[in-house]
Amino acid sequence: MRAPFQRLQQWAERRLPALTRHRRAEELPIQLHRRRIYIVPTGFGMAFTLLLLVMLAGSLNYANNAALLLTCLLGAATSISMLIAFRTLNGLRIRGVRAGHATAGHPIDVTFDVEASRLRQAVRLDLADATQAFDVDGRADITINLPTEHRGWLSLPRLRIWTTWPMGLFRAWSWIHPQYAVLVWPRAELSGPSPMLPLEDNRKQRLHVGEDLASLRDYRSGDSMRHIAWKASARHETLLVKDYEQPQAHHEWRFDWRDLRGLDNEARISRLARWLDEAQAQGRQWSLWLPGEVIGIGGGPSHYARCMSALAVLP
Amino acid sequence: MIGPRNAAQPVPAHVSERTFDLLCLAAAFVLIVHTGHFSIWLSSALFMALALRWWQRRYRPGRVPAWLKLPMLLILVGVVVLDYGNIFGREPGSALASGLLVLKLSETETPRDTRVAAAFACFLLMAALLFGQGMIATFVVALGLLPALTTWRSLEPTQATPSLPRQLLPALGLLLVSLPLTLTAFMLVPRLSSPLWGSPNSAAAHTGLSDHMSPGDFDTLLTDDSPAMRVTFDGPPPPRGQRYFRAFVLWDYDGTNWTRIDTPTDVPIPVEAAQTVNYQISLEPTHQRVLPTLDVPLRAPPQAQAHADGEVFADKPVDDVRDYALTSALRYRLQAHLDPATRLRALHLPDGFDPRAHALAEQWRQRYGRNDAAIIEAALAMFHNGGFRYTLLPAPLGHDAIDDFLFNTREGFCEHYASAFTVLMRAAGIPARVVAGYQGGFWNNMGNYLLVRNSDAHAWSEVWLPGPGWVRIDPTAAVRPQRISQGAAGAAGNQLPWYESGLLQSMRNQWDIVNRWWNQGVIGFDAIRQHGLLTPFGIPDVDTEMLLKLLIISMAVFGSAGLVWALWRRPESDLALAAMRALERKLAHAGVVRKHSEGPQHFLRRAIHALPGQRVELDHLMRCYIELRYATVEPSTELLRAFRLAVRNFQPHRMV
Repeated sequence: MRAPFQRLQQWAERRLPALTRHRRAEELPIQLHRRRIYIVPTGFGMAFTLLLLVMLAGSLNYANNAALLLTCLLGAATSISMLIAFRTLNGLRIRGVRAGHATAGHPIDVTFDVEASRLRQAVRLDLADATQAFDVDGRADITINLPTEHRGWLSLPRLRIWTTWPMGLFRAWSWIHPQYAVLVWPRAELSGPSPMLPLEDNRKQRLHVGEDLASLRDYRSGDSMRHIAWKASARHETLLVKDYEQPQAHHEWRFDWRDLRGLDNEARISRLARWLDEAQAQGRQWSLWLPGEVIGIGGGPSHYARCMSALAVLP
Repeated sequence: MIGPRNAAQPVPAHVSERTFDLLCLAAAFVLIVHTGHFSIWLSSALFMALALRWWQRRYRPGRVPAWLKLPMLLILVGVVVLDYGNIFGREPGSALASGLLVLKLSETETPRDTRVAAAFACFLLMAALLFGQGMIATFVVALGLLPALTTWRSLEPTQATPSLPRQLLPALGLLLVSLPLTLTAFMLVPRLSSPLWGSPNSAAAHTGLSDHMSPGDFDTLLTDDSPAMRVTFDGPPPPRGQRYFRAFVLWDYDGTNWTRIDTPTDVPIPVEAAQTVNYQISLEPTHQRVLPTLDVPLRAPPQAQAHADGEVFADKPVDDVRDYALTSALRYRLQAHLDPATRLRALHLPDGFDPRAHALAEQWRQRYGRNDAAIIEAALAMFHNGGFRYTLLPAPLGHDAIDDFLFNTREGFCEHYASAFTVLMRAAGIPARVVAGYQGGFWNNMGNYLLVRNSDAHAWSEVWLPGPGWVRIDPTAAVRPQRISQGAAGAAGNQLPWYESGLLQSMRNQWDIVNRWWNQGVIGFDAIRQHGLLTPFGIPDVDTEMLLKLLIISMAVFGSAGLVWALWRRPESDLALAAMRALERKLAHAGVVRKHSEGPQHFLRRAIHALPGQRVELDHLMRCYIELRYATVEPSTELLRAFRLAVRNFQPHRMV
């Protein structure tokens, strides 16, 4: 049942320009309007229409005006629900798209910034195989997971925004294809050698408390008794602790593309990705040399993101 | 519908507790509106099953085991067959369907099942109206739509769950919004002039008297308790034995049917009155032209014509309650001189029917000679003493209907007796005819009026005797005198029960007005009323084709109104911005499209570059807008007006 339907759909998209008009990627913001909102009865809507026809025939045949009135009432409510379904999508505006970060193979969070002038209920967004239902009143962020496979730029696929509000009798939908690509970071290798450490780092591995007294601060549970400034505390309501400066640990790692000879490109990238993960997890500083891009020493999430993005876009 | 599900299928999402509550509420409504049609046992069993299932799903969640479903189905079918004898027809059908709905609920877990069950509930709600279309019943049924519609609504995602009454409100709003469309469709959907298949409750029950009479015509009428007319008298009402209301006079007999003929109008009714009574009749709609009158009227009321045999016909069918005032004679001499043509007609009988009745009449004639009165006596005596029985469910009659009735079945009601008596009289050479109308009625002491119901329909005979003219003979009275002396209501007496007195009575009377409105406006809106729909606009008869056209036109009107509503967007409240948008549209036509990231100044500069011929205007527009937007917090209204005017007058010249 599904396969012929999909073939029919593909044929329709090929043959009917009205349906395919918005297949090409389009610039944001995208506003849904009457020319791109389609509406058909759902399977249940068809069955219910059939039921209404049976009821109509029955009430006409038996000259039963009360039953006819009821049938007309249901029919009118059904027709109005069709308009409500259309109105739920009409004027909906996708202002922008944001994407999070993810490594290849993991789903990436794509957030759509949706705006509507009045309340829209039970709108659903299909992206790949995932469906996200949401309400919009004013503005809303809808986050949906996009599965990824390879590193690099991934264009957003065409996605469907649809609703069966209010009664599931009609399905209104629109295809949107925002011109937007997300950057998928490379997948880190599962295991391998540790990064080669510069020799001088070994000597300064130990973290130690600095000598110079920097300041006094409030006591926190867990502070050593030896660090309490007793004299100062006597003049104060609470215990004060002598705070010593923590010396910087000089242990930056230098990652270099050229050091990884004998591996193919993808293996090099995934090894570097693993090393970056390690460095980030251990809170170290690092620098990265790549063909075409040299990133100086730094640390923290933004530095990590910069390095990973540089890895992701390597040829 | 009932049966184990394939375990290999992915288990669909279960419906929420509230959705199931709503569905149970819809099913409860179905059972409530059908309660009167089921036996008390079936009804309470279904209620119990519904409550049990609701409790089970809420407090002991889990599927109802499959081995329980089949026995339950068998029990349901068994109970229905036991109660009604079969499973087809209106009552057993709806009983079975309601039971199936409750059973369906026992396996309802998925959204799909829930939708189907709610749709089925809608259908059953409508089916309840086939049993009776009273106003209250209809409103209760419409109320039952609310939980069904809300069930569907609650299946949609991303919804908070408000309290149950609050959740039902949107469905109520939807139904209210649907009302104009509903009423238009209701008025314009062409009614069928004849049913496509057998109807459960024959429409004959509401047609009242007809101008012909064949065996079995009256039996539905005689069980119809709805009012036919209300009569008020100036002075005391006539005694029971004289409350005969003449409607049709039936002359022609073809062996089965009695039919009326057109006698001359515009002639005064040839009646010599001895005792007259003035009265007013309020006739319920019959959609016929005949106006029943107390036997025998002296002349026709306004906008009506009297026939020589005492029938009165209105100029138009009685589509609404019609009031008319009349004078009738209780003692009279009707048509003392019978002309030969009429006499011949009053003696005519079809050839080849009822030989035994003819023989009996010949025999009477031979025995009593020229004494007509003695022959009439003999016939009435035969009905009285001959083992005849009054019943509303007589055995069917064969080819020689009168013979069959007189000598075999000997059971029947007024039309059988009137028909047989008239045939006997004609066979004996006495001019005779059948009169159809009403007899009796219930005297309402509070309102001082006579309420005549459709069940008071009656048929009797008139024979013409030299001297007195047409004389009313009611052979039914010979068989069942209390039919005449007491009427349908029996000897109810003057003692009103407590619930019909005082305040309650007046409240009931007031409520009766609403019922009457409903009866006339909704139930009585049939093909005839529909065809007279446009009479106020000068179109006397709207046929089906025109109705369909009107229906399509009005649906198109409603459709466009709906589209306007659906497409309407709130206008920009910022007038300066709205004017700017208009300017953007005009420039876009000329080929200068504002980019999303472009400020107004940059955009208009670009426009000036593209349209150098309109530099001055565009420059003015730009300055105006910048001034409006950014110069002051509260821009002056004159400037705003000037800007809007300038935008309206601006016409870009397309670059070639």
